[in-house]
Amino acid sequence: METLLQQIINGLSLGAIYALIALGYTMVYGVLRLINFAHGDVYMLGAFAGYFLANALGLDGHPSVFWAILVTIGAMAICAAIGVVIERFAYKPVRHHPRLTALITAIGVSLLLEYGGQVVFGATPRFFPQMIESRTYALGGVQITNQNLLIIVVAVIVMFGLEYIVHRTRIGKAMRATSYNLSVAKLMGINTDRVIAFTFALGSALAAAGGVLVALAIPRIDPLMGLMTGLKAFVAAVLGGIGSIPGAMVGGVLIGLMETGLSATAYSTYRDAVAFGVLILILIVRPSGIFGSSVVEKV
Amino acid sequence: MASPVSSVLLDVREVTRRFGGLTAVKHLNLQVAAGTLYGLIGPNGAGKTTVFNLLTGVYAPSEGDIWFDGRRMHGQRPWQIATHGIARTFQNIRLFADMTVLENVMTAQHLRTSQMIGDAIIGSRRHHREERETRDRARHLLAIFGLEALADEPATSLPYGSQRRLEIARALATSPKLLLLDEPAAGMNPQESVALMDTIRWIRDEFSLTILLVEHNMKVVMGICETIHVIDHGESIATGSPADIQANPRVIEAYLGVG
Amino acid sequence: MPIGRKLLTIAIVLAALAAMNQIIEYGVGDFRINPYYARIISLVGINITLAVSLNLINGLAGQFSIGHAGFMAVGGYAATYLTVYHGAAIAATVGGTPMQGVGSLVVMTASLVTGAVAAGLAGLVVGIPSLRLKGDYLAIVTLGFGEIIRVIILNIPAVGGATGFTAALPITNIFWIYAVAVLTIVIVRNITQSTFGRALGAIRSDEIAAEAMGVATTRYKVLAFVISAALAGVAGGLWGQLFANPLNPQNLNFVKSIEVIVMIVLGGIGSITGAVLGATTLTILPEALRTFDQQFPGLRMVLYALLLILLMIFRPDGIMGRRELSLAWFRRRGGGPGQPGTRVAPLATAGTATRSTRDEGDG
Repeated sequence: METLLQQIINGLSLGAIYALIALGYTMVYGVLRLINFAHGDVYMLGAFAGYFLANALGLDGHPSVFWAILVTIGAMAICAAIGVVIERFAYKPVRHHPRLTALITAIGVSLLLEYGGQVVFGATPRFFPQMIESRTYALGGVQITNQNLLIIVVAVIVMFGLEYIVHRTRIGKAMRATSYNLSVAKLMGINTDRVIAFTFALGSALAAAGGVLVALAIPRIDPLMGLMTGLKAFVAAVLGGIGSIPGAMVGGVLIGLMETGLSATAYSTYRDAVAFGVLILILIVRPSGIFGSSVVEKV
Repeated sequence: MASPVSSVLLDVREVTRRFGGLTAVKHLNLQVAAGTLYGLIGPNGAGKTTVFNLLTGVYAPSEGDIWFDGRRMHGQRPWQIATHGIARTFQNIRLFADMTVLENVMTAQHLRTSQMIGDAIIGSRRHHREERETRDRARHLLAIFGLEALADEPATSLPYGSQRRLEIARALATSPKLLLLDEPAAGMNPQESVALMDTIRWIRDEFSLTILLVEHNMKVVMGICETIHVIDHGESIATGSPADIQANPRVIEAYLGVG
Repeated sequence: MPIGRKLLTIAIVLAALAAMNQIIEYGVGDFRINPYYARIISLVGINITLAVSLNLINGLAGQFSIGHAGFMAVGGYAATYLTVYHGAAIAATVGGTPMQGVGSLVVMTASLVTGAVAAGLAGLVVGIPSLRLKGDYLAIVTLGFGEIIRVIILNIPAVGGATGFTAALPITNIFWIYAVAVLTIVIVRNITQSTFGRALGAIRSDEIAAEAMGVATTRYKVLAFVISAALAGVAGGLWGQLFANPLNPQNLNFVKSIEVIVMIVLGGIGSITGAVLGATTLTILPEALRTFDQQFPGLRMVLYALLLILLMIFRPDGIMGRRELSLAWFRRRGGGPGQPGTRVAPLATAGTATRSTRDEGDG
């Protein structure tokens, strides 16, 4: 019973990471119908931005919650800018090309960030400074670290925040209009370029937050860390129903639970295959995911 | 159970199609005798294109049955239905855009070739003979429609009217028994429509076909169809000769609306 | 082509390949080719097979797959497994050894056929469920299958698991590599010029219209996928049994699939000539930059990535577009003579309107 509860806690914190990244995939897909392959790598860049900021501020060995928050915000701002730059220079030129052109471009951007990261940061992993003191809380035999708790709490806050932005604000309304029909939204006077830039900025900032939070819990960071995590987060977004914010959250948690569940069995070496197995099943059985709605081609 | 009347080529019985809460076609009954030029008309949104999509297997009926040439079409995929002899054109022309005019027609002869992939891979003599036959027949069809000189042009570079003719040539290349034309006169000027009427009548006689057409242009429908079926809001409201239909008060009401 | 001329052509090609093999693998007189160059020539041949076979499904049928490395892995491991565990027994049936003479001929044939069959079966298993999906969903599912295949191989101790299949025998040579490349080009070219190829083109162009013309779209897509996978499997079999074997699951992840995609994108998706050009360029170019890559690991992939992005933005049709370089270029094109006595339909001749072909109408 306790091990099961412990597994669920572990699964939840892993799932919350996937969820944070999945939100970015889902927003961009919702607005542009583009699988932003590079999103997982923006998460990696977030971790590196945090790393360099924290070291520049000399936080290693001097934990401080205040500075940790500042570092996180700094990393989010840097990645928001990177996200906007990627959109402007790589995706915007191919926006009106066939969708596969955009997909191939996104794959290209992803590889550029991963291997560019290797060239710039080096391939060997770096160790993220301890910005906050690690604590472990025990509740009747079940243990959770403050970092994991933080990840879960932040993910939940972010989800509600996003739901608020998308459904209750002006820019949110513009996002939904753009998502529904980009050219009509433009005709209605919506500055769709700005909406898209905002979407990328917001998604990338969330990925950066995820990167810093994960680096606090698991301090090993390397340029390829976004590859698998990003793919799994994408699977989470599809599982929940791509385009749906609560879907990304539920999908992330489900993938997290499945992975930790499998890790506890004899098949733990198949861990990386689970997400893909789920993806394939979902796309074949119910491509619209848990919360999505299906679209039929008009003849 | 075969179709009750032998001369009926297409027999639609009590077909209903729902999309979620919307019923696009309600209890449709349609009997098309072999060799006729049959018109299906109705105001915008009456469900005409849905009927075409039901006949060609793009959608399956929610209720009811479609019989074609003595066969029940239930559960058949569009390509199987094409195999049985129903060919169609599309309201918003769907040519194979990155192929030439000739290739479009050759592709549609798919059903008439042996499709032996092994022969193609080793490049057997049989394969080469068949390729030559396919090409010749495609050229013949293009010549009929005055498109032969454009055989090697990209299909979408053709002017609009020629694209419509190419679509008909492509449909004929499948050697159908029943040809479905979805708004063949759409976007044509009056002279073109008149010429189109002659073309359609000529095709029917030359290829011994049955033709079912959906059309907005009343002049075209009244001018060539022998039987006309009117639907409105997914329901049949009248069937008969052009003269009957023109005099039918329900049809007039459906088109003009009730003041 | 009459059967006699066809056999003669085959004989000439085989003799040329054998001569090429002799020169590159063993040298002539005092001339020896630099082994490093010989290796690049080998890789060019294998990559041509990979690119041309991927082009069948991605270019001709228009079904975008990112799983080619997975099929290459299945074929490579199956082929190598056969050689390693049964090669000696197979060679013994003709009284030879797997490493030379008739024995190697028989073993290599058996090995590559095994690779093709295994990868083809994998293609069938992956293709049937996946090919119901379109566009980016299909792409991501094939990527997923590729990764699953890799994880499964990692967990098979008989083929070395994570350390790689180090027991592989280096029986691949230039003859086999280029025989397979030529065969692949011929197969794919013959497919494009057939009913099957036109059906695939129709699927790529408009699936709904293709079905309406009687094309069994799913069946053809799966078939093209299986042939493509089988050919990738043969390439894998060649690659896995090269000298200084690279058969390791780490080398066969989706980045390898992307490398092949960049090759066909550079050449022009849908063009066989383009795939050959792309494979050749992108095998030689990174080697030319090898010194930089040793200094900055990852630079080679950065180059691939930049090339991919720039191509998509500035020249999505690649070098060749869909065109082929062939003798037909030099021949006169145009319509053949009309058949006398064709009865012509009465047509509108005056004022054929030109307008958008896809305006929406009544649904």
